[in-house]
Amino acid sequence: MKVTSQAFATRAVAALKNVDLQRAMAKAKGGFIDKRRVAIEALPEFEQLRSVAREIKEHTLSHLDFYLERFESQVIASGGHVHWARTAAEACEIVVDICRRVGARSVTKGKSMVGEEIAINPALENAGLEVIETDLGEYIIQLAKEPPSHIIAPAVHKTREQVTDLFQEHHSRYGYNQRVTEIPDIVNEARQVLRDAFLSADVGITGANFLVAETGSTIIVTNEGNGDLTNTLPGVHIVTASIEKVVPTLEDVTAILRLLARSATGQEMSTYTTFSTGPRRSADLDGPKEFHVLLVDNGRSQMLGNEFREMLRCIRCGACLNHCPVYSSVGGHAYGWVYSGPMGAVLTPLMVGLEKANHLPNACTLNGRCEQVCPMSIPLPKMLRQLRIREFEQRLTPTRMRWGLSIWAYLARRPHLYQPVMSIVVRLLEILGRKRGRFRYLPFAHGWTKVRDMPAPQGQTFQQAWRRSGDGSRL
Amino acid sequence: MNNSARDQILSDIRQALNRTTSLDKSVSAALETRLAAHSIHVQPVVETDFVSRFIAKSKAVASTVATVPSLAQVPEAVTQYLTTSSQKLEVVMAPDPLLDGIDWPASMKIERRQARRQDVVSITGVFAAIAETGTLVLLSGAHSPTTLNFLPDVHIVIVRRQQIVTHIEDVWRRMRSEVNEVPRTINFITGPSRTADIEQTIQLGAHGPRSLHVVLVEN
Amino acid sequence: MGLFVTCLVDLFRPNVGFAAVKLLRAAGYDVEVPRAQTCCGQPAYNSGDLKNTREIAKQVIDAFEEFDYVVAPSGSCAGMLKLHYPKLFASDAGWQQRAQALAARCHELVSFITDVCGTDSVDASFDHSVTYHDSCSGLRELAIHAQPRQLLASVRNLRLSEMQDADVCCGFGGTFCIKYPEISARMVSDKMANTEASGAANVLGGDLGCLLNIAGGLKRHGSKIKVYHVAEVLADMADVRAIGEGEDSE
Repeated sequence: MKVTSQAFATRAVAALKNVDLQRAMAKAKGGFIDKRRVAIEALPEFEQLRSVAREIKEHTLSHLDFYLERFESQVIASGGHVHWARTAAEACEIVVDICRRVGARSVTKGKSMVGEEIAINPALENAGLEVIETDLGEYIIQLAKEPPSHIIAPAVHKTREQVTDLFQEHHSRYGYNQRVTEIPDIVNEARQVLRDAFLSADVGITGANFLVAETGSTIIVTNEGNGDLTNTLPGVHIVTASIEKVVPTLEDVTAILRLLARSATGQEMSTYTTFSTGPRRSADLDGPKEFHVLLVDNGRSQMLGNEFREMLRCIRCGACLNHCPVYSSVGGHAYGWVYSGPMGAVLTPLMVGLEKANHLPNACTLNGRCEQVCPMSIPLPKMLRQLRIREFEQRLTPTRMRWGLSIWAYLARRPHLYQPVMSIVVRLLEILGRKRGRFRYLPFAHGWTKVRDMPAPQGQTFQQAWRRSGDGSRL
Repeated sequence: MNNSARDQILSDIRQALNRTTSLDKSVSAALETRLAAHSIHVQPVVETDFVSRFIAKSKAVASTVATVPSLAQVPEAVTQYLTTSSQKLEVVMAPDPLLDGIDWPASMKIERRQARRQDVVSITGVFAAIAETGTLVLLSGAHSPTTLNFLPDVHIVIVRRQQIVTHIEDVWRRMRSEVNEVPRTINFITGPSRTADIEQTIQLGAHGPRSLHVVLVEN
Repeated sequence: MGLFVTCLVDLFRPNVGFAAVKLLRAAGYDVEVPRAQTCCGQPAYNSGDLKNTREIAKQVIDAFEEFDYVVAPSGSCAGMLKLHYPKLFASDAGWQQRAQALAARCHELVSFITDVCGTDSVDASFDHSVTYHDSCSGLRELAIHAQPRQLLASVRNLRLSEMQDADVCCGFGGTFCIKYPEISARMVSDKMANTEASGAANVLGGDLGCLLNIAGGLKRHGSKIKVYHVAEVLADMADVRAIGEGEDSE
């Protein structure tokens, strides 16, 4: 997917004016926040589980090579194959090769953020394969030719009317000519249309929420059943997973699973939590004959060794997005790549390069709500600051900002200079602003006064007034 | 086998962790011990009457539940369910020994196989049922084809009381003692299929079954 | 007792500083205001400029380390001194130690009065309806939530009604409001709507950055709601013009 994160500022402005988007986002925000809160309040063990989950992940990351090797040997022992890819390009090549080898013509897909990250769909299409997204949200955006705007609910930015229009446009070729406006009918039509795709696909590709080292299992956590039809019906099942998804034992993954659905949708368990281990066995009546797990690095082994290691604990629940006031106002597309919200503001610069995405860590008030709700206790504001430190070191900060900061810092470090200068400025502003008490416009402060008034100062600085009061003795 | 990528990734990982070689023996021994211990972490408290909990949780996720005293009453319960939901008595059934032993009515057309596109109703057993969350656990195998859990519109599940466990981890313990090899698929099913992708409104029956009916056999 | 004035209070609203002094004196402290203070360094810190941040931090540590307590009428500045200064000197053991020593003695004003002085009431009256905005740093870095409410409950004739989403960011965020003004406007507009919906005639908070932002927004939209720093009300010094009001409001 092309990275357009540098257009964040302009896209954000457009997003704020987009009535359909704002309507859709307003509906989503309250739902996610309230449902999560209800689920967490009903679980007295929540904080303990958060500690446990953090420990399990940190332990795993500290021994990541061991656990990946164990996972691999278990997959092989159960009759599956493991492939390793350093980059997105390498990953796509591996998947395309498997599809070519088996003579595949069509591929069904369960939702996979790693799949988006490596841009697997265009790679498959360029190789002449038909790719059908089967998660309803992914299917909708595939029809709309748009990227996902939320890591859990990819079509959260779409209103019902927009989905109706899309279905009307694209489903007539299958013989569906009614305009479906009600939600049950929309979902039902998608169900009917996609049934054929499920049954005729040669290859099914899913993601993995977790990988279990103990058994060589991959796990998907879903609600629709499309992931299960994708991993069961075709002759070949490919799992696209990133290396930090591995967890040691079934008991370890169970602890983390208790946090995932609650944090994402407020459910205790998603409708379908499925463990896939190897291909079908000889006595099985259904299931794929081939099972492949693709382990993707794409910058993660590097994160393991630097100040962003804690980001590797992320379980992709989306809670940070849902609670972020910036994400809720502009939606996911403004972020310009696969991952959005706070976790996207950290991952995108790390994966595509800070110079292509330095808006993202800056478009944040550091209010900390994300860290507060993160089930894995990831210190997101700290990491966003770390990115700003890198940005400053690499001189990517916009020039005017650097200059403004330099001047401010120069003065702030010299109180004997700062104080007289500021006294004059403050006095001047107070005189000019005395009548109304505020300014509708101030030079050099257009960013502020564009959208709000600037209150006028009171006339002296505190330091001046304090000294005039005899250092407080005449108060 | 893409060995060079594998080698490089593992080497990059070791470098990031400030190690030049694989783990030393004492550390790997400790990791093996940890893996074998299968330690259970903090669990939510589940009240002692786990059968009521299982029923309540199942209903909360939109499964329907009917309880019968013994296997002998299962056919009647299933027939009643299908008739009231206006379904034909045509089912595809798992080749499960539990279901073999049930005296199904002659009027019911039954095929014992995996599911196909045109199947409307499936009947399966379970490996276990979890009271903590109202979840059914099914393992793929000769007696339990996975497609029965996903392709048909209606999924009827026969659960015996003794199959209900309290916590999710109880399933792992049971599986390790009763099953030789981890199967191709372990399904944890908590209610019928659903989606909230349209206006964040929950709609049942996305791609999996539209309804999930549990017949709980108390004996 | 050293008062860390904060740059915004110093420049925009000294009344808050005097209110802080009055409250601290009432708690029995002799307040000094070191002259060599300007700013806590957040603008540099949040822009990734560690070098300037460290220089400013050293200046603050030098000026304040002699005091038993350092109190600031701002959650974000107190948070900066208390939580972030120690992180700045990881490679300089001497300064690290001094920063940690100072951090242990730094407090935000309202929580100092309740948590350290053990005071649960103030001698003030404010015969008006008010609502309260929880500034993010104070709330999430320093766990300030109950304390201002506890003291406000003791103010005679004051009626407090909580706004919805009191704990959601107002959109100030330091340089954020200048870099991304439209997103900031949207956030402050949500905050304003919640403030108005609370029915209160006044909105209070513990951080002047938030209050300047909220007042600026309210005034731009012609609202009559008045904005004060909570210290001004608690110190019975809110009989002055509210933030952003001029002669024409009288």
